[in-house]
Amino acid sequence: MNVNSLNWFVAAPEIFLLVMACVVLLGDLYVREGERRLTYALTQISLLCCAVMVLWSESGTRQLAFGGLYVHDALARLLKIGAIVAVVLVLAYSRDYLRARGLWRGEFFVLAMLALLGMFVMISAANFIPFYLGLELLALSQYAMVALQRESKAATEAAMKYFVLGALASGLLLYGLSMLYGATGSLDIKEVAAAISQQHTRQPILVFGVVFVVAGLAFKLGAVPFHMWVPDVYEGAPTAMTMFLASASKFGALAFVYRLLVSGLQPLVPDWQDMLVLLAVLSMVLGNVAAIAQTNIKRMLAYSTIAHMGFLLTGVLAGTSNGYSSSAFYIIVYALMALGGFGIILLLSRAGFEADNLDDLRGLNQRAPWYAFLMLLIMFSLAGIPPTVGFYAKLSVLQAALEVGYLWLVVFAVLMSLIGAFYYLRIVRLMYFEEPRDTAPIVAAGDTRVLLSVNGLAMLVLGILPGPLMAWCVQAVRQSLG
Amino acid sequence: MITLSHYLILGAILFAIAIVGIFLNRKNVIILLMSIELMLLAVNTNFVAFSNFMGNLDGQVFVFFILTVAAAESAIGLAILVVLFRNMRTINVDDINALKG
Repeated sequence: MNVNSLNWFVAAPEIFLLVMACVVLLGDLYVREGERRLTYALTQISLLCCAVMVLWSESGTRQLAFGGLYVHDALARLLKIGAIVAVVLVLAYSRDYLRARGLWRGEFFVLAMLALLGMFVMISAANFIPFYLGLELLALSQYAMVALQRESKAATEAAMKYFVLGALASGLLLYGLSMLYGATGSLDIKEVAAAISQQHTRQPILVFGVVFVVAGLAFKLGAVPFHMWVPDVYEGAPTAMTMFLASASKFGALAFVYRLLVSGLQPLVPDWQDMLVLLAVLSMVLGNVAAIAQTNIKRMLAYSTIAHMGFLLTGVLAGTSNGYSSSAFYIIVYALMALGGFGIILLLSRAGFEADNLDDLRGLNQRAPWYAFLMLLIMFSLAGIPPTVGFYAKLSVLQAALEVGYLWLVVFAVLMSLIGAFYYLRIVRLMYFEEPRDTAPIVAAGDTRVLLSVNGLAMLVLGILPGPLMAWCVQAVRQSLG
Repeated sequence: MITLSHYLILGAILFAIAIVGIFLNRKNVIILLMSIELMLLAVNTNFVAFSNFMGNLDGQVFVFFILTVAAAESAIGLAILVVLFRNMRTINVDDINALKG
């Protein structure tokens, strides 16, 4: 292999991101406590440069790098852009929150950038090795992020639980990968798919491998019955980190679905379809029913995540390119909704006060009508009420499932989202029809206000004009997976 | 004669011990970390066995990466454990239950 066949230019955004993460890590040591704005600005500028590099990258054809270990295609471009936008918004929203809690340190930026790098590597993996390395880079950065609030008991406990269950998930995944390797004799994802489609009889070892891979995926997504970590971690972690877990890291989970399940195990669709049906049904039931009983809003949103992952799996299990593109659309929309929802919670929090109970939203309309309206849009969208985009996302996922004949599953999903509407609308009622208890003024930096407004209004705009984003998802999936 | 299936059974037993160690352990967080290491080693056994019996080196390369990641993982795990001990003054699994899951 000569230097040219490395084709490293394909991975230029990743290399740039790694270099900038190191620069931020070292540069922050020379920045004085009061001037952390510099680090923040440098991080945001490098993320934006990275986004420009990804946007400009050639993605019309499938490009391989590093001797076939690494791939860049239209789908990778879409998911990478989504992940960058999510990380940029997380950093922008959480600024005041982190500053008030002494977490406004260089480590947070570095961990966010490394987690993003891990997602990039997962998204672009064409082989099990880079895929696993990306997964671990993402996971290890997230464990450290959750534990960043060192003096908080809840945060460290959440970090420990997240660490143990996350490591268990990667263990299950690896065990599955070793079985797939044994059954096909290759670690290359395309070669694995080719080897599987040539085999006429199903080896038991292959089915074993698929079961373990799906279990690992369910852990990472937080689908029932592998969801135990989600509520505890969401509640215990500082809200800024919860926002990261709920929005940005979902792109990594989607990369997991596309690269392993769809590209690698496409010939085994009937085998993993049934498993995903089970996961989707259980997630939708438990997520929606348990969310009703919660009084802590972070915990409630955790159960809502579980329910939404059920919907996501409904799109994936269709096993068609419509299903894959609608689940890409779903995850982008979900990430935006989670960013907006947690963004409002961060806005209501201040030094020494966590706005994490449902009661803290009471009477928000009287305190800040505009934020109440944005939260209303986000809650409508989470519940799937037209004309917000959440409705369209759910519709396209269910359509994909209906096309392959899962009528009972679609009816069931609609019933579950009716149950779900109850607890989302309860927040709207609290905001609009109750008297405020907390009367402290709500302060926010100018750019946070603008971004949050754009984020909230995007629910409405995308809901009325979902066409362009959907077309992008369809085109990316057709080109890369079709 | 030791065949591939012997190695796979060994790997499966090690993996099962690790899973049982994670779920049944009610004493000590360090045992959890040990179980996680054991799980990764069970996977490594599998990879090396497959790699050797198929005459394909990829699996052994993967094992190197897994070992490296396992080292990074236990470093983070122990760091979280130290922070946890400072806050709670205990590493007993039963006492780590402030968040009800």
